[in-house]
Amino acid sequence: MKELLSGNEAIARGAYEYGVNVATAYPGTPSTEILENIVNYKEDIYCEWSPNEKVSMEVAIGSAFAGARSLVAMKHVGLNVAADPFMTLSYTGIKGGLVIVSADDPSMHSSQNEQDNRHYARFAKVPMLEPSNSQEAKDMVGDALEISEEFDTPIILRTTTRISHAKTIVETGEREEKEVPEEFEKDPDKFVMVPANAKKRHPVIEERMDKLKEFAEKTSLNNIEWNEKDIGIITGGVAYNYAKEVFPEASVLKLGLTHPLPEKMIKDFANEVETLYVIEELDPFLEDQIKAMGIDVIGKDKLPVTFEYNTKVLRDNLIEEDNDEKETEVATEEAEDLPQRPPALCSGCPHRSVFYTLNKLGVTVTGDIGCYALGVVPPLSAMDSVVCMGASIGTAHGVELALGESAKGKVVGVIGDSTFMHSGINGLLDIVYNKGASTIVILDNRITAMTGHQENPTTGKTLMGEKTPKIDLEELSQALGVNSVRVVDPYKLDETEKTIQEELDKDEISVVIARRACALLKSVKIEPPYTVDTEKCINCGQCLELGCPAISQGDGHAVIDDYLCTGCGVCVQVCPVDAITKDGDSNE
Amino acid sequence: MSKTVNIMLAGVGGQGVLLASEVISKSALKEGYDVKKSEVHGMAQRGGSVVSNVRFGEKVYSPLIAEGEADILLAFEKLEALRWIKYLNKDGIIITNTQRIDPLPVANGKVDYPDDVMEQLENTGHKIISVDALTAAREAGTQKAINTVLLGALVNYTDMSAEVFEEVIKESVPAKTVDINTEAFQAGLNSV
Repeated sequence: MKELLSGNEAIARGAYEYGVNVATAYPGTPSTEILENIVNYKEDIYCEWSPNEKVSMEVAIGSAFAGARSLVAMKHVGLNVAADPFMTLSYTGIKGGLVIVSADDPSMHSSQNEQDNRHYARFAKVPMLEPSNSQEAKDMVGDALEISEEFDTPIILRTTTRISHAKTIVETGEREEKEVPEEFEKDPDKFVMVPANAKKRHPVIEERMDKLKEFAEKTSLNNIEWNEKDIGIITGGVAYNYAKEVFPEASVLKLGLTHPLPEKMIKDFANEVETLYVIEELDPFLEDQIKAMGIDVIGKDKLPVTFEYNTKVLRDNLIEEDNDEKETEVATEEAEDLPQRPPALCSGCPHRSVFYTLNKLGVTVTGDIGCYALGVVPPLSAMDSVVCMGASIGTAHGVELALGESAKGKVVGVIGDSTFMHSGINGLLDIVYNKGASTIVILDNRITAMTGHQENPTTGKTLMGEKTPKIDLEELSQALGVNSVRVVDPYKLDETEKTIQEELDKDEISVVIARRACALLKSVKIEPPYTVDTEKCINCGQCLELGCPAISQGDGHAVIDDYLCTGCGVCVQVCPVDAITKDGDSNE
Repeated sequence: MSKTVNIMLAGVGGQGVLLASEVISKSALKEGYDVKKSEVHGMAQRGGSVVSNVRFGEKVYSPLIAEGEADILLAFEKLEALRWIKYLNKDGIIITNTQRIDPLPVANGKVDYPDDVMEQLENTGHKIISVDALTAAREAGTQKAINTVLLGALVNYTDMSAEVFEEVIKESVPAKTVDINTEAFQAGLNSV
């Protein structure tokens, strides 16, 4: 059957069709929908959200060691978290096929960096496949599992945002069931990486790479589309599409297996064509290796290393005479001069009042990864650092150490519930152990919100929809040694400010849990909207300082959009003249 | 070989841009075209500008429309029409909702919303089709149906069949809103 599937949906379908038994992930854009779609096949595939990518990887490793076909998915930076088990997994190899999906995000649509994870394949000495559309994404799950099992290796299936989130046509098929052994087959020489065994394994890995290089020469994953020979292009992944469109007459060596490279195939191709381009997004990963083969290519000397490509990037940089006539010359304001429309915390977002309060208190705020990174956007402007998942807590401690006495009572780490579960716990442990005094605010909105509402260990439900014990953040913080643990309702502004201030004043680590469910959750009841009494409004702008999308500057007074307003009532508390009410006439 | 048709959809998070691009793509699939559609999820959806690229034809490679390539810019908000206009090709047309949604910096009174957006659009020389989708959607029963109104308007400017669109809309929207969306779609269809 032909369906229009995103790359992520296609990978999920591939996991189903090619007999994956266990699939794990921690949500992260642009990888999230892989597991969200695999759960549709939960009768056949066990799947879970793990607390973080390292655990996801370890679960998949265990399952692959036991002989089941396994898949673990994560965004590019997730592989940093999972790099420790991953690097040694290369040494152990597997028993059941193990596919690691790394979804990279060139242009950083929803990420803190645009690292090129293809380097991980070389780094760990494992093979890597890169699909150029959804059909290939699905098919390559099967190819990857076969390569993994044939060569006793984990394998990376690397996508980018425009593969993960682009929908293209896919021919779907039926599931091939793979048998899982009944018992764990002991093999300590292979699976127990004490130094004596690891020493034996490293040469095996080098031999494996040699065999994979031979395989790369003959696999149909790499193929040449012969055309005119004045221009030859070596490419793979999404860049293949841009190359085909801009150079329809060129010969193309399309690499589906991008590590290790088919050296002979590349040399033969290079010999046949006059000018050779290497077209790849981000780093010169292919290019550097091809140049090391002694082949002269045009690549990053003309094409950018930064941001994702499109056909215009290729045209502008590779075609000498720019085809200006294609472009629209229009007498409008430059798009850059138009009012920007930055993303913002949603109306009714329980995080808003916390950032409003932190801004008011004038403290240093070390932030974390989640919707609440938008706390940096004016007018809230209440975030001073964001680095990676879980970093808020350690960073708060570091700021305090550096500034000493002058930072006392002035450093707050802000972290979401899911991010705290992911990698905040160790940071908190560190502050307790090393006697720091920062105040940590856990923004507990009862869900993993940023990536679109995934369950996590604090929500009491699993990915597969089963009930499970909820981790209690208060008890957990106390168990880690935090004496002062407070819970506030962030919709109550005074209480929130008073509590945070009291905890800042204490000469010890404290945790404030700001608990209120994400306003977009289906279970959250939306209250009737508020309205501005224009007679009373003195146009002071206090409510606008909340940065709520429902409130705007009207003609001489503030206006509340009754469609966007969730009735949270936070603005009522900042209005000095009680002009925001539910009693007045609505706009309808 | 038939030329690839490039439709760029632009709007504001929450306006139903992604559902609309889904409907266009599925309709194109039903019409037998090769189709690609691309957009970003995640951070971009929190009230920011949302853009979706839909391309269909005999064989489509790139999932993205490059600047100067779009045949139709379907704008869900007029400022967004202006923001993405450089993606139109020189014969490209703009179908825009006349609605104004203030970006946060405007709502906060920090910058002004240009008061001559429609004029600026007219001045580009592109064919402009303006649709009051907000009113039509409200008349159909809900503001949320802006996207189906605009889809109705769009069909008039493609080679695709309104029946196929309507069928796909019925499959794509929540069951209890089928009637509202059908009405909204018809309103859009007849608006131009």
